[in-house]
Order: sequence, then C-alpha cells, then structure tokens
Amino acid sequence: MKIQLTKLAHARSGDKGDTANIGLIALRDDFYPLLVRKVTAARVKEHFKGICKGEVERFELPNLSALNFLLHESLGGGGTLSLMTDAQGKTFSTALLRMEIEVDEEEAKRLRLDH
Amino acid sequence: MKDSIRIAAGQGFWGDLPDAPVRQVEGGPIDYLMLDYLAEVTMSIMQKQKARDRAAGYARDFVPLMKQILPACVERDIKVIANAGGVNVDGCAGAVRETARNLGLQGKLKIGIVTGDDILNRIDDLLGREIELRNMDTDEPLVTVRNRIQSANAYLGAQPIVEALDGGSQIVITGRATDTGLTLAPMIHEFGWAADDWDKLAAGTIAGHIIECGAQCSGGNCQYEWKTIPDLANVGFPIAEASSDGIFVITKHEATGGRVNVPSIKEQLVYEMGDPRQYITPDCIADFTTIQLADDGADRVRVFGIKGRAATDSLKVSISYSAGYKAVGTLVYAWPDAYEKAKAADGILRARLDRLSLQFDQIMTEYVGANATHGPLAGEPSSDLAEVQLRVGVRGSDRTPIERFTKEIAPLILTGPPAVTGFAGGRPKVEEIVAYWPALIPKSEITPHVEIMEV
Repeated sequence: MKIQLTKLAHARSGDKGDTANIGLIALRDDFYPLLVRKVTAARVKEHFKGICKGEVERFELPNLSALNFLLHESLGGGGTLSLMTDAQGKTFSTALLRMEIEVDEEEAKRLRLDH
Repeated sequence: MKDSIRIAAGQGFWGDLPDAPVRQVEGGPIDYLMLDYLAEVTMSIMQKQKARDRAAGYARDFVPLMKQILPACVERDIKVIANAGGVNVDGCAGAVRETARNLGLQGKLKIGIVTGDDILNRIDDLLGREIELRNMDTDEPLVTVRNRIQSANAYLGAQPIVEALDGGSQIVITGRATDTGLTLAPMIHEFGWAADDWDKLAAGTIAGHIIECGAQCSGGNCQYEWKTIPDLANVGFPIAEASSDGIFVITKHEATGGRVNVPSIKEQLVYEMGDPRQYITPDCIADFTTIQLADDGADRVRVFGIKGRAATDSLKVSISYSAGYKAVGTLVYAWPDAYEKAKAADGILRARLDRLSLQFDQIMTEYVGANATHGPLAGEPSSDLAEVQLRVGVRGSDRTPIERFTKEIAPLILTGPPAVTGFAGGRPKVEEIVAYWPALIPKSEITPHVEIMEV
C-alpha cells in the first residue's frame, strides 16, 4: 500500500547558500527503519525533479530517528541572489512530506498503518 | 563555582520580537541573557550605515533595550551577551555606557568589548600572502569580487567572551561572533571547562544551536502537532539550564505559551544542518549523531550523551559583496481561471520585455497560490482557485534594465487579462543585492581583542 510521508514523519528545512537542507524526523521511532529503506537520496532527487538541479546527499541520525538531506543547487542561487519566494528553502520540508512510499501489507500491519 | 546556570535566548535574529528579551528577564529566574543580532548579510548593512555616520554600524535596538532591562540585570546579576556590536563594537559599547550612566549605574558594572573579527582593511594584505579566501560553496578565489567587497569578518568563538566574563563584565558586546559561542561562553566561564574538553564544549555548542533561533525550538514554526501548540501569542523563548557535567535541559518560563518537547527540539536540531557528524565551530566539532533527548517534565527536555572532537585550524569568514540589482513585481488575478490569467499576463509581460531588448542575468516567474513554494509537486493548478498572485523577479549587474522592468508591471492592469488587482504599493523597488561569500582563514591570522570598560 502507498503511504504518504505526512503519516510517518515531520520535518524542518532551511538553507546554506544555494543548498536546501531538509531534516526528516520519524513520528515514532519504529517508523525510522522504514524511512531509511524507502526515502533514499535517489528517491528524493527524483521527487524534487525540476527543483533540485544538483546532487542530493543523505545523512542518518538514528539517535533522533531522523534523516538529513542536502539538496544542492535548489534555491535559485541562494541567499539574497535568489528571486524565489522561498529563497531560504523553508517550505522544502512539507514538499518532501508529499512523497508517497510503498509499504507492504505485513509491515503496514505491524506498524499499525493499515487502518 | 556554580553547578548549574540558566541561559535565556532573547532574539533569534535582528528583527525578532522586540519584547522577548524583556520577558526573559522579567518572566522568571535567569543568569544570562543571550542576544543574537547578526544574520549573514547584516554586517554589510552596518558597514554602509557606518560609512554614512561614523557613530553608527551596530544594532541600535540594543541600546534602548539595555535602558529598559539594565537596572533589573544589575540588581539580579543577570549577565548580557550580545553580538550587537556589528562593525562598530566600540560605538555600541560607548552608547550602552552612556545609557547606563544616565540610569545612575556609574561604577556599578563593567562592559566587555570583544573585537578583532573585522578584517575588511586587511584583505589586500591577506590576498597578497596567498590567503585566497576562496568561496566555500563555489571554490572561486576572492580576487574575482575584490573591488565589490563591503564587509569581511571572521567568526570568533566562545573564548574571548569567556575572557570578558572572567574579567567581571556584566555585559559583553561582540562583533561577528558565532551564535553558538554566545551560549557556550558562560558555561566555560562558570564551570571552568578546559579548552580541550571537547565533549563538554560540543554540549555547550549544541545548547547554543538549539536556542539560537529563539522560539523556533519552543513551539514556533513547529510542524509536530502544530494545531495543538498553546498560546503562541505569548510564546516563551527558550532557556538552556546547563550543568557543569555537560548535560543540559531546554525549557521556558512558566506561564508562557508555546511548547518544549522532544519533537520541538528535534526540529530545531536538524535546522540548517549539514553533515551531522561535523558541526564545525571555532570552539570544537560537535557530533549531532551522539545527542540523546529525554522528556524531563512539562516543557522540559534533557539533552545528554554529546560527543565532540578537536576544533579545526581555521575560522570561517563572512564576506559580503555587491552583486548587482534585482526587482520583484506582483499582481493578483481573481477567479475564474485565475492561474490561466496570471500565466497569460506573464506571456504579455515577457513579450514586452523582449521588444525592449532588456538584458537580465535571470528572470523568474512564480504563481503564488498555485505552486510558488512546491513547484511541480503541487500538481496542475485548479481553474477554480479564488486568486493567484503573479510574481515576476529580475536580476542583473546593471541597474538600468532592472529600473525599466519596474515600469512594465502596473500597465498590465489596463492592458492585460481581466479581474486584476493588488498594486497598492506602486512600482516595485530596485534593490541592490549584497551577496554572501563564506570563506576560511587560518586561525593564526585572527587575534581576538578583549577590553573591559568601567561604566
């Protein structure tokens, strides 16, 4: 079954120059392994097609049940150079939460996601 | 020596809630008030102000704030640490001293002044000695923008602030100091942490990271169950309750709004994060993958387990340079077919700009209400949207075409698609762009200077 990340995680995003960072935090610690498996750097790069023009890097923070993504070349030059409404990448957080991941029935049941 | 101190954050940026520091002082017990005034390009604004008026160039709001809270701070021995000095730390300190004297506090306190961060006048010397100050993001050498530089400051760490506190300062005023150093310094001062006690320095640094954005860790901009966060109108700014063993609790004053819990702290921890294993400051390298969080009662989160490593041999330098001009024009189109109308208007505008042969480095159109923040992820806009704001921005090195662009927005009202409004503000303003150039400099090049002044 398909499950949207809004059901599994919360997030905060920000900027460093032309790079947006998104911290994706599991709503429950037992969701974290699922996020690690499914929300890969490649998947995030694909999700932000047309927005992220550079590479996507991913870092794991198992202690916080969180993943940190760096989306390079995503903010129209970044900082004061950018013409974007969201020049500081503040809304990339919920843009990531739009993603849907495939979870098999058994795991969904175990995580009580099947209702 | 104290076992525990309470450090309150009063400003998340220059322009944050003006009353927040006052409420931190009056709302309950604190030992330190930490105020962060400097965003990345703030120094260039201050540099410009100083060029016009030699007495300017610092966060002016800081002086009336001191007038308001200084008597209480002196009476209850609350120390104030602020990077309010900008590019005129002495000027700021002088103004605060005058304010303190006017309050009848002469002889009752000392002001610590931390300088040595400003390297604007040393750029040619540094470049001449092959310290290239390459842009950390693009790897370009600084010489490519040499004649457009407006400010250049190294980020100082906690140590010079510690020195000022050790010397008995009630108020410490710095120029470009790291946000995290403002919080770490009182811990080193009070607990006597060694300069190579990396785990503790990392803990103090992470406490600083958590509270440096003010209420963003105590319920503001918090996604987790945001609808249930109480009384943000009366949001409590964060307080770090630090202990000598490096364990700290994040909390806020009683009877304030907002929320401090594990999710709110997690959201702030990941904010503006790079590689979590290497959070580099002048004082240490903090490892965010070692942080442990635990609920410690209502609006209290305990933070422990933090590991750090030795600091690097470099300091970060924040350089600002003039990078051309930009302007942004907006118009609002109403139902029906609001998005279609806005798109048609953009087509007409661009055809006119083409006919004028205006050259821009960049032109960008967004449709606010349809997809400006999430782009293609928002899906195809509905034809039933109540309204869409057309937002067109241009940027270039020459002012003239940008100026000309600003005259093409209003005419669209009478010469473009119907049901358009939202032009009360007049022509868009042309803005000079001051861009940010992050670089590294060897630590050996920077000598912080600490002066302690009697009021």
